[in-house]
Amino acid sequence: MSYSERIKDVIDTAEVAIFMKGTPGFAMCGNSDRALKALARAGAPVTAVDILPDPAIRQELSALSGWPTIPQVFVKGELVGGADIVEELEASGELAETLRTKLGDGYESRRRETTVALA
Amino acid sequence: MSTDPLRTLLQVAFPDATELDVVDRTGTGDHFQVVVAAPSLGGLSLVEQHRRVYDALSVPLADGTIHELRIKTKGAT
Repeated sequence: MSYSERIKDVIDTAEVAIFMKGTPGFAMCGNSDRALKALARAGAPVTAVDILPDPAIRQELSALSGWPTIPQVFVKGELVGGADIVEELEASGELAETLRTKLGDGYESRRRETTVALA
Repeated sequence: MSTDPLRTLLQVAFPDATELDVVDRTGTGDHFQVVVAAPSLGGLSLVEQHRRVYDALSVPLADGTIHELRIKTKGAT
């Protein structure tokens, strides 16, 4: 499978996907870390993809999403935004509301951070 | 890059802006924080609001002048 197909697969199948620099255990960028922490505060079950191993991953991701920066967070296939938006939505409580609407009540019980390697 | 060219790009894209600010966060000319409040952003989702800012700054984003961009948008004044 090409990167595009694998990126689409993660976006479509993960409850919450974050494309980031580094991994949840070792974020390589302050913005990726900010987004991850906001998702953690909201109790989101997170599937993380490190875009750093190959520059083509980021290029193909941005071509698909039309979003130029990293991180990018998707809930049930829909782009929620980057670090600024995710932080803002978390602070206002809207992120938890979106997660509950899209993932169902009790989504917090599935809270985890899984890493998927594309390269 | 100084903040002036970015400010100009945003002024062109948001002629109705009631608040428009560009800050060099690190003093290194590549990490910026922009704030845009404009009635034309009203009614748009945050994703769409941020897309408008990305569109306005597409050239410095694409050529790597902007290494990092933080965005705060407001639809209302």
